[in-house]
Amino acid sequence: MTDIQELVTGLVEKHGRKRENLLPILQGVIEKERSVSDFAMVEIAKQMGISAADVYGTATFYSFMDTEPRGEYVIRICKTITCFMKGKNQILLALEDALKIKLGETTPDRKFTLLETNCLGWCHKAPAMLINDEIYTDLTIEKVHEVIGEYKNK
Amino acid sequence: MGKHMLKRIDLIFKNEHDTDAILQKIFKRSNEDLINDLIGSGLKGRGGAGFPTGLKWKLTSEAEGDEKYVICNADEGEPGTFKDREILSQVPHKVLTGMAACGRIIGAKKGFIYLRGEYNFLKPDLQKEIDNFHTTLKSLKSDFRIEIFSGSGAYICGEESSLMESMEGRRGEPRNKPPFPTEIGYLGKPTVINNVETLAHAWTIFKYGPKKFRDLGVQDSRGSKLFSVSGDTPVAGIYELELGMSLQDFVDDFGDGDTKAVQVGGAAGFCVPRKKFRETAIGYQGKLTGISLPTGGSMMLFNSSRSMYNVLKNYLEFFEEESCGQCTPCRVGCQQLLEGVEAVKRGDKPHHYLDKLMRLTETMKLTAKCGLGQSVANSFSSIVENFREEMIY
Ligand code: SF4
Ligand code: FES
Repeated sequence: MTDIQELVTGLVEKHGRKRENLLPILQGVIEKERSVSDFAMVEIAKQMGISAADVYGTATFYSFMDTEPRGEYVIRICKTITCFMKGKNQILLALEDALKIKLGETTPDRKFTLLETNCLGWCHKAPAMLINDEIYTDLTIEKVHEVIGEYKNK
Repeated sequence: MGKHMLKRIDLIFKNEHDTDAILQKIFKRSNEDLINDLIGSGLKGRGGAGFPTGLKWKLTSEAEGDEKYVICNADEGEPGTFKDREILSQVPHKVLTGMAACGRIIGAKKGFIYLRGEYNFLKPDLQKEIDNFHTTLKSLKSDFRIEIFSGSGAYICGEESSLMESMEGRRGEPRNKPPFPTEIGYLGKPTVINNVETLAHAWTIFKYGPKKFRDLGVQDSRGSKLFSVSGDTPVAGIYELELGMSLQDFVDDFGDGDTKAVQVGGAAGFCVPRKKFRETAIGYQGKLTGISLPTGGSMMLFNSSRSMYNVLKNYLEFFEEESCGQCTPCRVGCQQLLEGVEAVKRGDKPHHYLDKLMRLTETMKLTAKCGLGQSVANSFSSIVENFREEMIY
């Protein structure tokens, strides 16, 4: 059994085979792997007794269910209105500068992926970004470099 | 800050922790009494749609079903809205109590909090609260149980039927209505689905009686409401205010002296220009004079340094991305609106092309399947009508 197969088996055992457990199972894979591969989706489909196309169709509907490989830390910078008004573009440039990658890319060491997202619910403290489940608000260029520096040393 | 000083209310975040006592009080009373309190309070759903809460509970309590569910909608995704997160981190016990009361009344054994993926960091603390709450329930001989269900980043899942689709393991695409969740909801069973804030208000009503709540607000808009204030304001944050205030009073208190427009109700809401501040009130549709705008609580202020074209474009990009794609008017409509305003701005289309786009939003309003596609018309037409020259030059 591969690691992924084992992971899926564990999740299916934990949550159950019923269709209503599909999201928690997909979320479990993402928590571990940062994305859900074709292989993982086929394995989930097999174990839950639904079609792989169905699993794929569901997973790709949700913006936090990445189906492409992602880095260990997924950075999502909010691009919606308040963050946009409060200088999200400069923050994005600072992130690209600190990580030496462009929006949508993953660093060669697979540590960071840089993405945009819609409103994070911190508009009163814009601009905001999420690193995995951790929230960072009132961002400035200095703060971005500081935070990324910390993550680089992790 | 202006001199008006809107009436600030402190009910939701008031530090009250007598959960056991409130629950005991609730469980001692009859279901009819409790429902009558809710109906008497005039509480309407605080997610934005404004359906009377007492009626929703009553309908679900009367619906046939061996199993029933209570769902707390914590998929707060409307740009400019951040109040539910604060409720769940500061006074989660009020929400849980509201859910348990609802469960008792409708005859549900199970409740879910559908928490948006963006708020996953709330989970550990919230789970602890739920565990404690279960202990309290046990001591009161209630077997009602609450679980957290995580969303995965889809704005449309704030719509109740897509939220349930998503909980059932599918794409979060809105269902046809009717049937309504009160009859056929989660897993086909009668379900009450309420916004976080609505459930917290239920707590206040059960604790203090319906009058305290009803005495606040005006006519068809009763009670207090949390407002998420952001944009060009020196005091961005969350405020509990009485319903029915005029937008002018709001701007006097929260504006920066140079406010040219307020977007009421987030990207799906209405943009009100300065000249209409006085005649606009914040509440549900009713017999108020002038315009009465409903809102889930998002208030975004824009001052004269902002390009309303950029604002509209940002909203349209948002809708284009978050449309579930199920129906053509919305899927294609959002794309066409976005491309259309860009083309006018570039000069590739004549000015009057904007009128064509306005007609398109009318079509979307009539033919889109759910609130997302229908409400694109709100922000689009209110911005284009009031700031037409900014769309062109
Ligand atoms: S209006 Fe938009 S979001 Fe609603 S069902 Fe149609 S495509 Fe989906
Ligand atoms: S607009 Fe960025 S957090 Fe709301």
